[in-house]
Amino acid sequence: MVGLIVVGCTIATGLALLALRENINLFFSPSQIVEGTAPSNTTIRLGGMVVAGSVQRGANLGVTFVLTDLAEQVTVTYEGILPDLFREGQGIVTQGKLDSSGRFVAQQVLAKHDETYMPPEVNDALRKVMAVDQ
Amino acid sequence: MIPELGTFSLILALLCAIVQGTFPLLGAHRNHGHWMNLARSAAWSQLVFVGLAYACLTVSFLSHDFSVRYVALNSNTQLPVIYLISGVWAGHEGSLLLWALILAGWTGAVERYSSAIPQEMLARVIAVMGLVSTGFLLFIIMTSSPFARQFPIPLEGNDLNPLLQDPGLAIHPPILYLGYVGFSVPFAFGIAALLAGRLDGAWARWSRPWTLFAWSFLTIGIALGSWWAYNELGWGGWWFWDPVENASFMPWLVGTALVHSLAATEKRGVFKAWTVLLALVAFSLSLLGTFLVRSGILTSVHAFANDPARGVFILIFLSLVVGLSLGLYAWRAPSVRSTLVTSPISRESLILINNILLMVTTATILLGTLYPLVMDALGLGKISVGAPYFNSVFVPLTVPLVLLLGTASVIRWKQDKLKRLLWILTPILLISFVIGVLWPVFNMPHYSSVAILGVTLGVWTFATAVVGVWSRTSGGNRWRRLRNTPSSFYGMTVAHIGVGVFAIGISLTTAFSIEKQVRMAPGDHQLIGGYDFRFDGVIDVRGANYVAQRGLITELKDGLPVSRLEPEKRTYQIQKNPMTEAGIEAGLMRDLYVSLGEPLDDGRSWGLRLYFKPFIRWIWLGALLIAFGGLIAAFDRRYRSQSGIRNHPPSAATTPSVGI
Repeated sequence: MVGLIVVGCTIATGLALLALRENINLFFSPSQIVEGTAPSNTTIRLGGMVVAGSVQRGANLGVTFVLTDLAEQVTVTYEGILPDLFREGQGIVTQGKLDSSGRFVAQQVLAKHDETYMPPEVNDALRKVMAVDQ
Repeated sequence: MIPELGTFSLILALLCAIVQGTFPLLGAHRNHGHWMNLARSAAWSQLVFVGLAYACLTVSFLSHDFSVRYVALNSNTQLPVIYLISGVWAGHEGSLLLWALILAGWTGAVERYSSAIPQEMLARVIAVMGLVSTGFLLFIIMTSSPFARQFPIPLEGNDLNPLLQDPGLAIHPPILYLGYVGFSVPFAFGIAALLAGRLDGAWARWSRPWTLFAWSFLTIGIALGSWWAYNELGWGGWWFWDPVENASFMPWLVGTALVHSLAATEKRGVFKAWTVLLALVAFSLSLLGTFLVRSGILTSVHAFANDPARGVFILIFLSLVVGLSLGLYAWRAPSVRSTLVTSPISRESLILINNILLMVTTATILLGTLYPLVMDALGLGKISVGAPYFNSVFVPLTVPLVLLLGTASVIRWKQDKLKRLLWILTPILLISFVIGVLWPVFNMPHYSSVAILGVTLGVWTFATAVVGVWSRTSGGNRWRRLRNTPSSFYGMTVAHIGVGVFAIGISLTTAFSIEKQVRMAPGDHQLIGGYDFRFDGVIDVRGANYVAQRGLITELKDGLPVSRLEPEKRTYQIQKNPMTEAGIEAGLMRDLYVSLGEPLDDGRSWGLRLYFKPFIRWIWLGALLIAFGGLIAAFDRRYRSQSGIRNHPPSAATTPSVGI
């Protein structure tokens, strides 16, 4: 009985760790993307501020916009409805994959429910850039 | 004046809590009757003073006293009265006050309904709850007073977070807290039993109804949160594996394990030490849940209040509670002798497997929830763990759990015969599987193994539950046997059927939901799941404290209108956040769900989300049945009266209990 429990728990732990490894999404800032540190064709998170005037609606529900961390910029494409709080100048996080041309294809766009809210990751990325500038 | 009275009451409540947490404990240790008697009066005075403080805050909200910072931050003169009352627990400070009030309430209830419990035991239980309360009241007074004044006094308040202006979310926190805080009762019973060195079946019988109440409330609270997210977030989802959802789900899982192992401890005297450990862990995870949600440590839609300084206090408090209780456990538990499980084919060994599966599930969720925090704290990069992780570990662990659950209503305590069980269960399993295969074939658009699995499990739990009641009451006068079956058995039956309903809901929703994000101009049609939708444009409407754009969508059948869906995009006057209010046509078999996206550049067209959600109501219906089953079991006669206890001597009395 005890042996069975130990074996069961070991299998469960192994499966959990395997699942964890496959489903972790690393966060990158636009600077890191431009530097080329981000893997392409892997699901990652990209966060930054939406550049004013960069949001362009395409045919149907396609949309492109540019994210910045005040140092570098990355163009994001997305097909679908944007969240309520998606606005120019707002800090947002997107989840998706980098294609071979350096364009970020988002599967999900996340904006938080507070007009003054800045996602912590984006906040940190912005602060790093500002620290370098000074 | 009123806010100062509130602060003063809080301080008096703290003093009462300190008295309640110390003297009865010392009294029980030294066998000092008067000191033990202090438990009663201290607990009730504490309840009165916390209640008074709570009333003061409510009055401040109702009278729009914006000199109180918390009131100004969370309300507004335009706010409807119901949200002024629920605004009290909209933020960090007020929710902690609600926490303290509920804790004092549970303490009072324990004091009131425990006349059958020996004075010494009761004194220790009340004292432990007093110590927990001391921690919380100190926390409120030192770091997060809801009564702090501000100058200059603003003319208008900042308004309640629009997300919280929904009846579902207004009652979600109190119900959830009733569950969270309710786990302090089995925790206190466990600590008291460890202190006394009397870990017999009696403590299990005393804690059982309280645990069932707390667990049922937690179930309803989580279901309400899920239902709210479905209505209010506009994504048609009901569970997101958000860290804050996980924070409430982990105590629930451990609480579920506790409810089961308490039954085994009470009836058979097995797993005594393990059961106490579960009680300690359930409450610790409740505290961790409060900590995760309220310290703003998580990136999450739920973290309304962000203040790391407070997080440090809760962290210290949490480590004290967890450290001391586990230390006490490590010291006392080795001397506990449980009855050994005699046979692997028995209800108690089934409960053992149930407990292991639930704890492994909890551990994997804990891992996924805390891993990003640990990585971040160690400077190893920012990551997020996505829903696929949780789904891929949760489903394989839950399916065997539900299969086992079906056997539970038929299997006997102590020793059963494998042959007898197989004889009863094999046909049921086969029939369930046949129905599981046929139902989706006849009712659903395409083949799906998830649907087959879900329906099979659902029918399986339902059929085994019914057969369980039937076989328990056969022989002799069935009506009398039905009446004599204890309500805890009926509670189990209802809760298990709830799990089946829940499984059907999840699997069919997952397998056959249809989602479309579309661009529609007035007059356009969209066909989804066999339903014809026509977009009739968007009109402007005014609510009490918001303006809204309301989409008009007509559902048509054979060209004739059947029903009208009216999703809204609201903008509240003070906080300018747009809010999505989904338009839902609810039904037992399917929901039709529409939410407004955004106006598109041509000025006429809108982006819309259209959903066809089969059987989604079954998810919450299942959860309600589970909670209802818990309540039925909690009202079992045996727990209520003193005489009841005398008539049913604890079965554990036949096993040696350890006294120190």
